[in-house]
Amino acid sequence: MRLTLRIWRQPDAKSEGRLHTYELDDVSPDMSFLEMLDVLNEQLNAEGEEPVAFDSDCREGICGMCSLMIDGEAHGPERTTTCQLHMRSFADGDTITIEPWRADPFPVLRDLVVDRSAFDRIIQAGGYISVNTGAAPDAHSIPVAKDHADRAFDAATCISCGACVAACPNGSASLFVGAKVTHLGELPQGQAERHHRVVSMTAQADAEGFGGCTNIGECAGACPKEIPLDVISQLNHDLRKAMQQGY
Amino acid sequence: MSEFHSDVDTHGDAPGQQEYDDAAGYYRHGEPIADSKAPTGSGPIDQWWGTRKFEARMANPAKRRTLSVIIVGTGLAGASAAATLGEAGYQVKSFCYQDSPRRAHSIAAQGGINAAKNYKSDGDSVHRLFYDTVKGGDYRSRESNVYRLAEVSVNIIDQAVAQGVPFAREYGGLLDNRSFGGVQVSRTFYARGQTGQQLLIGAYQAMERQVAAGTVQAFTRHEMLELIVVDGKARGIIARDLVTGEVETHLADVVVLATGGYGNVYYLSTNAMGSNVTASWRAYRKGALMANPAFTQIHPTCIPVTGTHQSKLTLMSESLRNDGRIWVPKNPADCTKDPREIPEEDRDYYLERIYPSFGNLVPRDIASRAAKYVCDEGRGVGPEVDGVRRGVYLDFSEAINRLGRAAIEEKYGNLFDMYQQITAEDPYAVPMLIYPAVHYVMGGLWVDYDLQSSIPGLFVAGEANFSDHGANRLGASALMQGLADGYFVLPNTIRDYLADGPFEKISEDHPEVVAAREAVQKRINHFLDVNGTRSVDSYHRELGNIMWEYCGMERTAEGLRKAIDLIRSLREDFWRNVKVLGTSESLNQSLEKAGRVADFFELGELMCIDALNRRESCGGHFRAESQTEDGEALRHDDQYAYVAAWEFTGDGELPVLHKENLVYTAIEMKQRSYK
Repeated sequence: MRLTLRIWRQPDAKSEGRLHTYELDDVSPDMSFLEMLDVLNEQLNAEGEEPVAFDSDCREGICGMCSLMIDGEAHGPERTTTCQLHMRSFADGDTITIEPWRADPFPVLRDLVVDRSAFDRIIQAGGYISVNTGAAPDAHSIPVAKDHADRAFDAATCISCGACVAACPNGSASLFVGAKVTHLGELPQGQAERHHRVVSMTAQADAEGFGGCTNIGECAGACPKEIPLDVISQLNHDLRKAMQQGY
Repeated sequence: MSEFHSDVDTHGDAPGQQEYDDAAGYYRHGEPIADSKAPTGSGPIDQWWGTRKFEARMANPAKRRTLSVIIVGTGLAGASAAATLGEAGYQVKSFCYQDSPRRAHSIAAQGGINAAKNYKSDGDSVHRLFYDTVKGGDYRSRESNVYRLAEVSVNIIDQAVAQGVPFAREYGGLLDNRSFGGVQVSRTFYARGQTGQQLLIGAYQAMERQVAAGTVQAFTRHEMLELIVVDGKARGIIARDLVTGEVETHLADVVVLATGGYGNVYYLSTNAMGSNVTASWRAYRKGALMANPAFTQIHPTCIPVTGTHQSKLTLMSESLRNDGRIWVPKNPADCTKDPREIPEEDRDYYLERIYPSFGNLVPRDIASRAAKYVCDEGRGVGPEVDGVRRGVYLDFSEAINRLGRAAIEEKYGNLFDMYQQITAEDPYAVPMLIYPAVHYVMGGLWVDYDLQSSIPGLFVAGEANFSDHGANRLGASALMQGLADGYFVLPNTIRDYLADGPFEKISEDHPEVVAAREAVQKRINHFLDVNGTRSVDSYHRELGNIMWEYCGMERTAEGLRKAIDLIRSLREDFWRNVKVLGTSESLNQSLEKAGRVADFFELGELMCIDALNRRESCGGHFRAESQTEDGEALRHDDQYAYVAAWEFTGDGELPVLHKENLVYTAIEMKQRSYK
């Protein structure tokens, strides 16, 4: 395959960026999208141009490190992470536009690399169950009904990649926050801090500059782990309930 | 050099003279070493850990606030240690090269975590888990450490459940278990096919809770590039801020490395792209012993290589071997046929045939080597790369007929989806193609029972240390070890060391600190100044090919010697001819990779020397010169029942081999048989 790539280049957070155009030959449909970028980077390096910086680590769809807006879609045209997107999803002769996540709380650090540390701070605000090491009762002392366990699991599959924010016209982190609130709120172990958690995490998301949710649903559509949109309903429900109780 | 150093050219007293000295000329003999921390004299093995915990000295809460700990790495071992030491009140600094602690590669573990809960009442116990792990490791691990691992395994599950880790449950609300490669009980807890991610999120959240509490400071996008040793004690690290490029000095009373494994020395592996040996290697060069570096695990169930563009290999959880049957055609002529059209009688279910009692569930090393042999025989299937088909079928059709598609989907759905995503083939309809790939390293920095390396104040946890898996790791044991080390072992042993602290304050102007910082800066400048012609990746790929060819599933003295020569000349070329563009004052991924690959070269050579010295076959280490008549691995306990701990003595100098004799009091050494 032969491709034309339009890629966002930006030297650092302070500089202006712009799209550069590159031509790439001999792309195999079996390559992953990131392997295609590896090949481009080898070519750039040989030509004396600095390689394109982009994040990736596990390259098996679970660490959440990779990102990329590909032709305006978070993680590209398939419902997966960019590292699991393969070139067979594109056609010979295609022009592909590659940009970083676009959201104020995710500033660009270089080229396609953004700073997602806002997500860590949201977790710090309450995305956990407070139990010190060694203080746990026997694992079988509290049974969890399978439907609750399954729903908690579905929400817990979030990989914190930020596609939901990138896809949302408001730059909202509601799917991310809703997933954590649902994961921990579905479990008996998570009840004690349930009200505090939802209030605190929501406040932190606001403080980071993430937008509000207006039920557009782009987030769930872009989520590579298919986190259901109704975790946001649960978020709103829990938030309302907590605030009614004075949290 | 270290206290172990010796110029005496004689064999250590343990465990016996080696009949061959294949590595002669590549190393020097050193004094034997031993662990001095396990209270092996105090009663039976099940009392040792309790005794050690009791005897380890304490620091009161007020004192703990004055003691500082650096933890490098945020996988299961690092994150759980950071959380637990933060809870105890120490000042913790945590470092990771990723943009968030939650991305460390523990996250990719699929299958599960072992624990001796015996919730299935199938005869499991701490002792049986201990026994299976030592046997699975082919009697090359240290029994005191392994027993403790089995002992604390039960606490891990309790801890994880309390944190909200959503393990699989049965309809009654209790936890589900499954059996896993190499054992005959069901003791593996799992969270669909993403047990690693769920356990890591648990540890990460516990750690972030401590960040919020102010006990842990997290430094993300930071890479440790040097260890600071002052007066013989580990006192800090030099780290580079990967965004600004700033070279920073961080000092502390104690340093913990939880930096994972070095499988990426093979270039292609199931490790993350950034997984590297640099932190461990810098420690090795500062005097920490590197133990059994040749012990690598080649995992049998990975997706085969499709071409030269390949950047990494993807594992398919070996839990698939519970229901999938592995086969190749009996006749090489059938290898290009549609597998569904090959009748039952023309298929060779070779694991079931050779190992009737364990069948498809034999340990990883055995399953991997068997796959290599059938492909070497020309009976491999799948894409032809460089003239050979390197793949075998993992077939679920029988299980789908027996249990129904829904049951298979429930158990393995996400793995099947992942397979289809990568290969564009539907594993519900067509057998999967699998082939072994480098997955894990059992070797690592030498540690004592306290997980302290041979440098006082440097502790090593998780895959980065060598202690628990011997020559082969059993499935679902890596997660167990990482969390055991971080939650339950380190916090109890590190306090004994810190009882003597806080140590004398050192400044950033201390000559050792300045020297470490300057060494880092010099290396960085060198890479940017070479202005050669070849990319870092091209060197890395070539090094990986050498390692896979000569230090992979089957090793020979001749091949290993050849590999050492090839590595040396390639390394020389790398230093003269690598091309790294850009500057050091910015995010520069080529520069990051250059430093990692430079260390992989040195590690690769040591791995080959270690493999050359060990002229026996054990676990994942198979020396062609040491096999039974029917081609099975042949151990030589009389000569090699030791840990090979290597000491760095300078660039261009021969490494020194220290042997730690392996003594088993609670288990009898047997030749493994899975037939």
